[in-house]
Amino acid sequence: MLVDIFFNAFNGLIQGSFYALMAIGLSLILGLNGVINFAHGSFMALAGYFAFTLVPYTGFWGALFVAPILAGGIGYIVEQLIVKRLYLRDPLYSILATFGLALIMQDLTRTIWGAQGLPLAIPDFLNQPLSDTYFFLTGYRLFVVILAIISTSALFAVLRYTRLGVRIRAGNADLETISAVGVNIYFLRSANFVLGIMFAGLAGILAAGQLGLTPTMGDELIMPAFVAIVVGGVGSLLGSLLGGLIIGLASGITTAFYPAGSEVVIYLIMGFMLIARPRGLFGQEGLFE
Amino acid sequence: MKSLSGKNGTILLAVVLILVPFWLPLVGGYPDLASRVLIYALAAMGLNLLLGFTGGLSFGHAAYFGLGAYGTGLMLDNYTSNTLLAMLVGTAVGGLAALVLGPLAVRRRGIYFSMITIAIGQMFYFIAVRWNSFTGGEDGLTGFSRQPIFGMSLNSVHFYYLVLIFFGLGALILSIILNSPLGHTFVAIRENQKRLTFLGIRVERYIALSFAISGVICALAGSLNALLDNFASPDDLKYTLSGNFLIIVVLGGMRNFWGPLVGAAIFVLVQNYVSAVTQNWMTVIGLVFVLSVMFFPLGVLGFFRRRSTT
Repeated sequence: MLVDIFFNAFNGLIQGSFYALMAIGLSLILGLNGVINFAHGSFMALAGYFAFTLVPYTGFWGALFVAPILAGGIGYIVEQLIVKRLYLRDPLYSILATFGLALIMQDLTRTIWGAQGLPLAIPDFLNQPLSDTYFFLTGYRLFVVILAIISTSALFAVLRYTRLGVRIRAGNADLETISAVGVNIYFLRSANFVLGIMFAGLAGILAAGQLGLTPTMGDELIMPAFVAIVVGGVGSLLGSLLGGLIIGLASGITTAFYPAGSEVVIYLIMGFMLIARPRGLFGQEGLFE
Repeated sequence: MKSLSGKNGTILLAVVLILVPFWLPLVGGYPDLASRVLIYALAAMGLNLLLGFTGGLSFGHAAYFGLGAYGTGLMLDNYTSNTLLAMLVGTAVGGLAALVLGPLAVRRRGIYFSMITIAIGQMFYFIAVRWNSFTGGEDGLTGFSRQPIFGMSLNSVHFYYLVLIFFGLGALILSIILNSPLGHTFVAIRENQKRLTFLGIRVERYIALSFAISGVICALAGSLNALLDNFASPDDLKYTLSGNFLIIVVLGGMRNFWGPLVGAAIFVLVQNYVSAVTQNWMTVIGLVFVLSVMFFPLGVLGFFRRRSTT
């Protein structure tokens, strides 16, 4: 029984890492661009499919590196063509535009790669279980957790120590002022958007290695990512990270006892959070309201 | 176009809608298509009370639509053969959910509010998918059909008139509310929430009330939708449908009372036509979203109105 709980909790942690990576990207874009990027899940799936196509040529490691960049490139085009024109408008419009975009991208993904699920080949040595008792501790799952930690740490380091990061944080606080002191906020927002999409791309490839590829894979991960943001608190990347891990873990542990409740528990946690602490774990009061 | 909101316009609209079974076949339509337009329009008009007139961007109103559908279907499946009673229960279930969950959602405003409403909606979606024995799971709820009302069987044309009656009722309720002090308060919240707070008005309560009323109307529409298809699907609860309702509102023009009706007509026709022609209908619907947001932010009615005034 204990192994069973541990098994499900660990599964939940993996799932939570995907939620967290998604939530961080969404949170970045929400912060500086003021846009709920509904197409985030589609970008995620797109990066997974890019990786699938690239693996025969570049191998897994090359795909892991190149596919998020390609997805980021598509993200840049989308930002320039559509999202950029909606910054000054009511949030309703950017939500609807990215929602429409999600429909288009999902449909095109299905047309190009097919509706059937596809496996993403991962290196053999990552597929081995690390222990006989804890058979579920494969190298790949450990790798997912480690990579999630490395990439979020890298993001935090970029935001903390580089000029771009400082500007992004300053823009979150007050976009008008940094524009007035000469920062090119158009470039800044594009860069930030691309950065957020690349996180979605990373999540997509990692998730594809674990769960396989389907055109709708993003759908299943974007909702928990929204919840992760609400639980963690809007405006806090650390909150999004923890929020994602918490709901993943909670969902995993629930699976051990009552499998049918594994999805609903995520939303119950959100409801509880809204009653007990409406601004979320690390949210700032009054942001985006 | 401006006359559409006036008294004459309403009478003209009523005549056109009453005569639908006579003129629609002439242009290649059929009664069920018209029923669908009115049902989506009713849901979108309910949503518009919150979105267009109170300024609350809910992305989860399909939940109340779907609860209305499931409530009605489950009643007919298990408990009663009275269609009107089943509708009443379905509408009450959806409305009650909106009444209870509204206060939770309005704890936050703006984009945050949208994310919370969408997450609440998805909760119901997962309950419907996972609670197999009660809701039929992913396959949806089948095995019920609309029963005769007062001894009159409901064929497509009869059912259209039933939908029209409830559409008219819903529109009447909404227009009474909008012309009352309550409606003026809603609009004032949309225009300047801070000021109302300074005046000592409990803004949260009014938004929650608007949320509940719009939820009831959506549930009524969902109930009718279940009767139209004799089927309730988890997709009736899904956020995709919430998005469709939003685009219907925006497409028609969200500051217009009848905007959602125009939006629903366009949306249902495009969806119906395109899905018959190409497999990639999702791309076309997505393009409708993107293009209407970018080029018709005021909707079709708003677009024409602006033209006629300038």
